[in-house]
This record gives sequence, C-alpha cells and structure tokens, in this order.
Amino acid sequence: MASLKDIKRKVSAVSKTKQITRAMNMVAASKFKSAQMKMENFRPYAGKFMDVLNSLALRVDNLTHPLLAVRDPKKIRVICMTSDRGLCGGFNTNLIKATERFMKDKVADGKDVSLIAVGRKGRDYFRKKADIIAQKTDVLSKFDMTLAVAVADEVITPFIKEEYDELYLIYNQFVNVSVQKPTVVRLFPLPSVGQESADVDPDRLLDYAYEPSEEALMQRLLPMYVHVLVYRALLETSAGENGARMAAMDNATSNCEDLIRSLTLKMNKARQAAITAELMDIVGGTEALSKAG
Amino acid sequence: MADELMLEIVTPEKMAFTGKIEEVTIPGTEGEFGVLRGHEPFLSSVDIGELSFVKDGKKTHYAVNTGYAEITSGKVTILIETAERSEDIDKERALRAKDNSEARLGQLTKEDEGFEIMRAALARAIARISVAEKR
Repeated sequence: MASLKDIKRKVSAVSKTKQITRAMNMVAASKFKSAQMKMENFRPYAGKFMDVLNSLALRVDNLTHPLLAVRDPKKIRVICMTSDRGLCGGFNTNLIKATERFMKDKVADGKDVSLIAVGRKGRDYFRKKADIIAQKTDVLSKFDMTLAVAVADEVITPFIKEEYDELYLIYNQFVNVSVQKPTVVRLFPLPSVGQESADVDPDRLLDYAYEPSEEALMQRLLPMYVHVLVYRALLETSAGENGARMAAMDNATSNCEDLIRSLTLKMNKARQAAITAELMDIVGGTEALSKAG
Repeated sequence: MADELMLEIVTPEKMAFTGKIEEVTIPGTEGEFGVLRGHEPFLSSVDIGELSFVKDGKKTHYAVNTGYAEITSGKVTILIETAERSEDIDKERALRAKDNSEARLGQLTKEDEGFEIMRAALARAIARISVAEKR
C-alpha cells in the first residue's frame, strides 16, 4: 500500500488540477456566451440578406456568374475549419477524421485535392499529411467579418481563374452545447440560390427599381453571400469549440472529484492501518513486559 | 412628425442603428443619393464610402463597407459588412492605412492580383478619414 505521505501529495495534486479545470470551464462558459451572442446578432443580417438574394434570384433569369460555373471537378479544394486550441474533447478530432475521410474518398476518385486550413489544430494535423495551400491560424479567439472576407478572398479569385473546380467547406455544425456535427458543404460552384424562395411573397418586391440592374446587383451580392456562409461557419465553430470545452472541462472536474473521493478513502484507510499497527506494537510491548515481570 | 422615415442599419456584428430619422444619404455604387419619406421602392448596392442621416435636425456620419440598401416608402434597410461611427474611428490609424495603401498601389498596375484589394483598402481609409473629421 502507498504510504500516507504519497497519497496526501496525490490528493493535493488532483485538487489543483480540479481548480484549473473548473476555471477553464468557467472561462469557456463566458466565451461560449459571447459566441452565442455573436450568432444571435448575426441572425437579422443573414435573414435579411437571404431574403433579398432569393427574391432577386427569382427576378433574374438565366443567372450566370463565374462563381456558379460548373466544371468537370478535377481539382478540389477543401477548407477545414478547426479551433486554434485543444482541450475541447473530440471537437477537433471528429472534424479532422471527417475531413481525412472526405479527402481520401476524393483522392480515390482520382481527384487532385488540396487543403486550406483555418484554425491551428487542423493545420498542425495536416501539415505533413496533405497539401496545404493556405492557412489562417490563431485567429478564432477574436474575429469579425473581416476574417470571413479574408478567407473568401483567398478562394474566390483562384476559382474564377479556374485554378480549381470545386470547393468544399468542412466545419462543425453547432447543434447545441454538447453536440457538434461535422458537416461538409459545397461552396463553389455555389449551389443555385433562390430555390428556397417559395415563401417569398412575389408581390412584396413587384415595384422595385434597381440600381444598378438586377444582374449587376446579383454580381455584387454573390461574393457577399460567400462571406455570409463563411462567417456563419466561423461563428458555429467558435460557439461549438467553447461549448465542447465547457462539456469536456465539466467532465474533467467531476472526474477529479471522484478521484479525490477515492484517494481520501485510501488515505483514511492507510492512516487507520498505521494507528492499528502502532497500537499492536504498544499492546505487544506491554504484554511482553508483563510476562517478563 | 409626418416626414419620419424608419432607418435600420444592419451589420453582421450588430444592429448598428434603428430609429426614426428625417433624411438619409447613401453612397450607392452609381453615385450618392438621398432618401426622404415617400421614396419609390428601390434596391441599390452600397459602395465603400460615407453614409449620413439626419435625426432631430442633427447629422450623424458613418463610414461603411459594401452592401446594399432596400428602400420602401416608409422604411430604409441598409445591410453592410461594416459601419463605423465617427467617434469609433482611429484617425491616426486610418491615415497610416491611407499612406500605406497609396504607396502599395503605386507599385501595382491594374492587372495585378492585389490591385482591387488595395484600391478597396484605400477607399475605406479615405472614407474613414473623412468621417472622422466630421465628429
């Protein structure tokens, strides 16, 4: 049995760990709250944007735009959006696995696949395993729309120049605090817009004047649409990361508690054993003395 | 007041402004235009530049990034990627950004890849400076 001193040392080490995990849990909780607020604030923008985009798409026949061009997909790019920091359970691992599987499938189909890494964890994992052509790391702790614009700029021009044919975005969709679902969406060519627009009231926009023309307006809105999609993914990643970290740290804290409980029990047993042994010694000693006397 | 107009300025980060105003001036891609109550329904893209509106006889200025404006007779909704009030602008930084992008732009030609990006950066810096001077 471990000595009393050893167990005492272990108990104090575990309770220090518990303090840290509890603090991390609270930090993650407050970050999660602000990430959620950010999502909340983004909703009116995204909603209104989609309204206008959809109703515009209804009015423009035969929409053509370089971002909608469908080509035979030979060269594929994948954006893998992970967090910058670890200690958030399976958040990154699951996403990286999904990305790896997706890329393997595409390579097996004879496609040429390269990777754009957003977030340090994904970059670190794929550094030696894949062809990383661009990366954005250590950006997720504080970001705004400019990050989404920067990511989008990185991918829009090469696509228009036909340097590659398809772009996929892989990120953790935020379902709730404890559930994040790795999701693959095709960014380019953009899935045709305006299909979910059945609920747009056609009368509402009947008398609009447009400046510039509908087509020209559409050309300007499509890159903004990409920004919206990327920004939404960034927001979900950030909320999901902190939600996952909250859950992971909560688990760790309760594991620490269990450990402390069982160690304390062990410690008490050891102490009891030591006392018993001492008593036996004393009793044995007096008995021996009385026999001698 | 009878000539009131609802204005909403929406950015991805927040509702930058909602309220009743008298008049708004928007930097459209085809040129700046003003909107009063009763304007015909209208949809326009918005360029990098300066947006201002009059509320209770007082003028407020914003430096804005690209987006669009939707105008109906009693309401104006402006969706833009950023909107900064003059109080929030760091003029020193904007001036530095202007010098920087001017210098970089001088080395580029229209065909260069970064040209459009630098041109936009310069336009943003100029709009910021101009707004910052109007506080």
